[in-house]
This record gives sequence, C-alpha cells and structure tokens, in this order.
Amino acid sequence: MSVLRRLLRDPWAVVAAIVVVLFAAAAAAAPLITGLTGHDPFTYDLDALDGTGAPQGAFGGVSAQHWFGVEPLTGRDLFAIVLWGARTSFTVGVLATAVSVSLGTAVGLIAGYAGGWTDRVVSRIVDVMLGFPSLIFMISLTAIVAASFPRPLLIVLVIGFFGWPAVARVVRGQVLSLKQRSFVLAAQAMGAGPFDVMRRQLLPNLAATVVVYATILVPAAIGTEAALSFLGVGVPPPTPSWGRSIGDAISWFSVDPAYVAFPGGALFLVTLAFNLLGDGLRDALDPRLARRRPRSAVAPVVEEAVTR
Amino acid sequence: MIAARFVLGRLAGVLLVLLVVAAATYAIFYLLPADPARLSCGKPCTPENLQRAQQFLGLDAPWWGQLGQYLLGIVAGRTFGTGGGAIDCPAPCFGYSFQLSSTVTDLILQRLPVTASIAVGAAVLWFVSGVAGGTAAALRRGRLADRAIMTVAVAGVSAPAYLVGILGILLFGFALGWLPTGGYVPLTEDPLQWLLHLLLPWAALAFISAAVYARLTRAELLEQLSLDHIRTARAIGLSEPAVVVRHGLRNALIPVVTVFGLDLGLLLGGAVITEKVFSMQGLGSLLITSISSLDLQVVVGITQFSAFLVTAANLVVDLVYGVLDPRTVRR
Repeated sequence: MSVLRRLLRDPWAVVAAIVVVLFAAAAAAAPLITGLTGHDPFTYDLDALDGTGAPQGAFGGVSAQHWFGVEPLTGRDLFAIVLWGARTSFTVGVLATAVSVSLGTAVGLIAGYAGGWTDRVVSRIVDVMLGFPSLIFMISLTAIVAASFPRPLLIVLVIGFFGWPAVARVVRGQVLSLKQRSFVLAAQAMGAGPFDVMRRQLLPNLAATVVVYATILVPAAIGTEAALSFLGVGVPPPTPSWGRSIGDAISWFSVDPAYVAFPGGALFLVTLAFNLLGDGLRDALDPRLARRRPRSAVAPVVEEAVTR
Repeated sequence: MIAARFVLGRLAGVLLVLLVVAAATYAIFYLLPADPARLSCGKPCTPENLQRAQQFLGLDAPWWGQLGQYLLGIVAGRTFGTGGGAIDCPAPCFGYSFQLSSTVTDLILQRLPVTASIAVGAAVLWFVSGVAGGTAAALRRGRLADRAIMTVAVAGVSAPAYLVGILGILLFGFALGWLPTGGYVPLTEDPLQWLLHLLLPWAALAFISAAVYARLTRAELLEQLSLDHIRTARAIGLSEPAVVVRHGLRNALIPVVTVFGLDLGLLLGGAVITEKVFSMQGLGSLLITSISSLDLQVVVGITQFSAFLVTAANLVVDLVYGVLDPRTVRR
C-alpha cells in the first residue's frame, strides 16, 4: 500500500494516471459516444467539404456538429476517428505489451535461473536483438506475410515480438540476485523443483519490475503502431488509426494544417501520460530499480524505444 | 597481447553474428513465403520477369543450396541466371531488382548519401545537446533548471518524430517561410541548399533523441558524482569544472557513447519516418516504395544492409568501450 501512497504523492504521476484512464475509458466507450454524437468514423459526408476536398469552415471544419472538424476528401467526422483511433492504439498497445512481457518474463526467468550456457546464449540473443533495426524489420515483414493473415493480429505479434528482449534482460538481472536470497535457497533445500521455485518464489517478486516495464512498453507499442500506420503498412483502412491520419495530414499541410492537430495531439498526450506514469511508478516501487551499468558494450542502456 | 585477443575475439563474434543474421533474414524472407519469385518480380509482374526471377533465384535447388548461394553472394558476389541473360552481381551482392534493372547494392549506394546526411548531422546535434542538457540538469539537481530540462526531455521522449517534423515544417516552412518544406539537394551540387534542406530533419530528430541522451547523461553523472573518487578529487583541491569533466563526465559518458554508436548505426540503415515526412529519397523511402511495388529483393537487401550496419556499429562501440573503460578488455 505504501507504493500507492508514494505514487499519489507525485502530482505528475497522478495527472498522468488520470489521463491514461480517461483515454482508456473513451476508447472502450467509443461506439457508445459516437452513437450519442451521431457521427461514426466510417460514413462519408461530402457536404462538409468544399469543391477542392478541403473541409468547409475554419480550423479544419470545427463546428458544433463536428467537434474536431472533418477529414479532408471524405468528410468523415474527425472526433469519431480520433476516438476510435484510441481503440486501435490501446488494443494494439496492450496486446503487444502482453506478448512482450510474457515472452520476456519467461525467457528472462529461465535464463537467469538456469545460468551457465543457457544464460550465455540467451543473453547474446537479447544483446543482438536489442540493437536490431526492428522498425525496418517490422516494415519488411508486413510485405511478405500473406494478405489473408489478419493485419491487426500481425501488427500485434510483430510489435510484441520485438519488445521481449528488453523485458528478458531486466527480469534476468532480477532473477540473478533473487536466486541468492534465503527464501529461494530454503525452497530449494526443501526439495522444490526448478519450475516450482520460478513460479512460487521468483515470479511474485518480479511483479513490480514487470509492471514498471509494461507501463513503459505500452506507449512504445502505441508509438510503433502509429509509426507503421503512418508509413502505410500498419492497420488497414478503414480501421481508424492516429498514425494513418497523421500520415494523411502531410499531403494536406498547405490547405488544412489543423488536420494534424487532433490525432497528433492525442498520440502525444497518451505517450506522455504513459511515460510520466512509468517514471512515477518506477520511483514509487523501488528507487534502486533505476538503470544499471551495462555489463558489456553490446548491452545498450535502452530506456525508451524511439522510432525515427 | 590482451588487447589483440580482445579485438580478435570481438571480430570473430561479429562475423558469427553477421552470418546468423544473414541466414535468419534469408530464411524468413525467402523460405517462408509461398512464392518468393512472385514477390521478387515486381508489380506489375510480367510473365518474363516472373520466369527470370524463378530462374535467377534457383528455386529448384534445395533450401540449403539457396541459402549457401545467397551467403556466398554477399561475400564473393554471384551471377544470376546463365547464358546470354546472365547478370553479374559483384560482392557484396544483396540481390537484384528486376523491376529497376539494377543490383540492390547499387540502389543502396545511390540512396545512402541522403540517409547518411540526415543521420550523421542529426546524431552530432543530439549528442552535443543531449549531453550538455543532461550535465546542466545533473549539476543543478532538483532546482528549476533541472526540472525544466527534464520536463522538455520527457516531452521529447514522448513526441513521435513525424509529429515534431510536421510541426517544424508547418512553422518554419509554411508559416515563416524560412526553410524549405522538404526534398534533398546533394552536397556536391549546392552546399548551402543541402544545409538548408537538412536543418529541419536534423532538428526534429535531435529533439526527440537528445531527450533520451539528456536523461541518460543526468542519471549516469549523478551516480558518478556520488562516488568516492570525486570526493577525493575535490578534497585535493581540483577546480570544480575539472572534477566534473575529467572525473565525472568521462566515466558517465561511457554508457552514453554505447547508445550513441548503436543509434547512429540504426539510423544509417534508413531514417524511414524522417525521410517520409520531409520527402527525401533515402534508404527508408526506397524500402517503403519497394514494399508497395512488391520488390522482395530490394526489401531484403535493405533489411540485410541495415542489420549489417548495426552489427558493425556494435563492433565499433565495443572497441571504443575497450579504450574508454579498460576493465572490459581484461575481463
């Protein structure tokens, strides 16, 4: 409970948590809300556009009808698109993080507990993968996977797969120190098998670390999905995605500069909130958790994944 | 003696990693898809191109034969096809684009100057500003300057590159009209225009990346400054700048340099997003166009090339690390 109290004393973390919860609630209730406003993100409304395809009215066509204006060329309601885009972002972000965290925890646990050759091989793979051009790989992978394979699932799997090494490294480090502790030795002495020790003794003690990491991985995954959609290889239209809207906005710069503001602002706000929350959680849970010096130079200190 | 063994050992390790990476890339991209020939022949896929691709890829050979030929091609070059239609692909051969009638290596070399211009300039900018910001924040820990710098840094970490780039174009390109809104001018053609076209991409990339470096530098420097040898250095009467720079920063920068080398290697392999935002024809944009035109050879070639770059960067970082921190060599 003291963790929660320490977290509540950090005003930035509290604000960030509220923002995250608000966005998550909005994402979950998106169909309900757009049902109330009467504009879904799929219906074209060419009446909202002028002859050139640009929105009518100031600031991208913002009005009582269309709170965020409308999308150029189609006249679809931008508020609905941003709202449903949050659904896409959160779904992909959370599912991909779940993939990364479960894979990473399992691998890190086994490598750290087994030690020896297993550990050396796994650590080497983690090192190589951490320094890998993962964005380029992800983009390329979308080209070869059969079109019949559901795209959103592919995006989740690909992003999730490239996220596990960071988790595995941290979990491994924790396990290395945990397995020297007396409660683990006691369990071993009483005849607990390796699987039992990992599940009953180690896993519960790893929970805090994993939670902090998950909080940092979710915005990274959201950012990667947006980047892929921005480049045109992410979730396919007409599924709304912040990244795709931002990508579309590039060609509308000179005519409709306001178009980029709402999806862009939403993406920035969510990422910022998650990062602040992650920082706050890290400080609240354990100040010592903060970064360690890399063992070897190939082990980079990757704090946040930056997509360029 | 120790140093030589260290370098040789690292070199051997890197070669092994390169081999594994090349083999894994080949396996994923050529052995998994149902029809690599169709994926290689481009869009639209003319029958003669398809036939050529099938013949060139040697798809009738068993998988280990294909893989062997591919790996050998990277090291020693290879010839695609036989007889009059044969195409020579000198080492390092990363494939052949039937659509663009060019070896992938040539395509990469054509685009590399653009990406390199973006990456190197941006990297210098973000390293300097990140380290400076992080040092300033660490020295004023807990005070207003620290909090201001770290707030900007969190914002930078959270802002996607393309968003920063777009805002930059809107402000400096369209609203103020100071800088071009996109495109690339070769350095050899017009150095001033080259610089003007690159300023925005550099600034955008530096803003988001410097944030990571500032956070890292601050954390490392604070840790260093709390150690005993710093207290000793102060006690023997060294000036504060000497203490901070020579005894604090020098050690604190070791992990920062590590990240820097890898980041630069990564970015050289294609600044995909930045290139799209600023409509520059670098490696990243080549990758994206090859994906939409289904040119598997180019896609894999670029992927392979950027993986190689990162591995090479790893090696350089490892060797530099050995110089900065001799303990790693002796280990």
